[in-house]
Amino acid sequence: MPQIPGNDILIALATWLRQWLLTIGLDPASIDILMAVIRALLLGTLALLVFMLITWLERKVVARIQDRIGPNLAGPWGLLQPIADGIKAITKEDTTPDGADVTIFNASPIVAGVAALLVYAVIPFGPNPGGDCAGTPCGPLTGTDMSIGLFYILAVGAVSLIAVLMAGWSSNNKYALLGSFRAVAELLSYEVPQVLSITAMVMIAGTMNMTRLVEVQSVPFIFPLFVTALVFFISGIAESGRSPFDLVEAESEIVAGYHIEYSGMKFSLFFLGEFVHAFAVCAVVTTVFLNGWVGPFSFVPPWIWFFIKSFAVFFVMMWIKFTMPRFRIDQLMAFNWKFLVPVSLVNLLVLAVLDTVLRMMGLGRAANPWVWGLILFAANLLMLFIALWALGRAARRTRSTERRIVARMDDVTPAAPVTAASAPAAGN
Amino acid sequence: MTLTHIIFIVFAAITLLSALFCVTTRNMFHAALYLVISLFGVAATFAMLDASFLAAAQLIVYVGAVAILIIFAVMLTRGGAGSLPAKQQFNTQAGLAAVVTVVTLFILLRVVPFFNYPVQVAAVPIDIVEQLGQALVGDFVLPFEVASVLLLAALIGAIYIARERRKGEEVEEG
Repeated sequence: MPQIPGNDILIALATWLRQWLLTIGLDPASIDILMAVIRALLLGTLALLVFMLITWLERKVVARIQDRIGPNLAGPWGLLQPIADGIKAITKEDTTPDGADVTIFNASPIVAGVAALLVYAVIPFGPNPGGDCAGTPCGPLTGTDMSIGLFYILAVGAVSLIAVLMAGWSSNNKYALLGSFRAVAELLSYEVPQVLSITAMVMIAGTMNMTRLVEVQSVPFIFPLFVTALVFFISGIAESGRSPFDLVEAESEIVAGYHIEYSGMKFSLFFLGEFVHAFAVCAVVTTVFLNGWVGPFSFVPPWIWFFIKSFAVFFVMMWIKFTMPRFRIDQLMAFNWKFLVPVSLVNLLVLAVLDTVLRMMGLGRAANPWVWGLILFAANLLMLFIALWALGRAARRTRSTERRIVARMDDVTPAAPVTAASAPAAGN
Repeated sequence: MTLTHIIFIVFAAITLLSALFCVTTRNMFHAALYLVISLFGVAATFAMLDASFLAAAQLIVYVGAVAILIIFAVMLTRGGAGSLPAKQQFNTQAGLAAVVTVVTLFILLRVVPFFNYPVQVAAVPIDIVEQLGQALVGDFVLPFEVASVLLLAALIGAIYIARERRKGEEVEEG
């Protein structure tokens, strides 16, 4: 194992802390719990720092995409903008609508923020250095190295749903309620392709543990699991409610959706939830598909590699967000149920069969990772090609139907009263 | 009493109290949220017993389900999911319930103390998920498949009921 300086600093700190706690007379079990609390606090802080950074980054990137400069007055390159935003949010008036369910109204931003932070517990930022840290074996650089990492991520995804529903119901506002109903429909629907793509990952990797998932990637899984990666990324964007899937808060239709009645810091907490969740999706994509913390130069600490990759994925997410128009609600549902779900089902089937056949031929992942990866990548490209061809055909058909309907409506509209003969034709 | 005991007591109290509030509150929406908290408490108990898979399954199955439950509560009940009208919340069979409860308690008191509980459990295997997966497609493949077919049938039934009717194809009113 090569020396990993950045990792070593963190390990050394943890070891020192453990030893110090031992000297002041705590028993090892209590130290374990204390260290877990410290890890939780650190991860929460980290997520919030990332949140600050990505709000600034997003404003800069959207400005560039829209041919503007973006925030540039607060600090160098506008870097202090998040702090200015924070001060602004805190000093804003805190309003509560008439007839609101006050307890739930106040609790739901907190639930939204916490739900987004939960994912960070299982994201591995660095490898397991092995060896001994003050009497206990060192663990990998992660909140908790549980065996069901990916499943846990799915599970806590459901929690943000409750926060949205709480906000929507307690606001006593019909736009808010409509927004939260949309959220339930959207998030539950997109959970299906997400679960299917996670199934494919687990099937190929043979583990749900996030650290193991990085370790088994002799080939970055983006190649053998290309379609899976796309489906997971798309459903991840939908899950975090970002454009083009931001139906939940479509300004032009339902004003702002579930957080319409929130002001100041409470609104910021929802905002935080969305951003932190979006970055968590990027971190999971990095871990599962882009080989996580592994990077070419050993003098760069693994967690730096991890963040470089995560921010690259986040850039793609921003790019999509600012160049795509918003879906309509029926398009959103049709895209999920008629495209993503069938594609991920076929993908699952193809991967299962191909992986088994290759393993029987002695070309499995363990035996010959590069040949295995290339064959699966080719299969993935083929699937993608067929899927996109089918999607294009369906889109053309829909468009021509819509055009026909519009043409017919034009025929009927000119002030002429709708006669019994023309009415059924127009409605068809 | 160690820290683990304290954590257990806290979560047990949360589970039981929110379960109690869930059935006594008059506000349907609050009841659903209390149910979520109670189920969270159960998940936490699973997690403390090293059954992290069960804990996550508890969350993923029930919290998502409660979201749907809230939607139905809002859509299908009179006056939305707001407070119910002030009427008797408990049924009138209190006497019968008391008899049944006392009899059950009596039976439990006679049975429970004589049952030989394994106090010292075997060490939990590291990768329980793998064994679970092996069991599901190995020993228990038949019940697993039967359950899948049942769910598939429910799914197809739901789609059949909800599908768009073409012209001339009337819904049969039952």
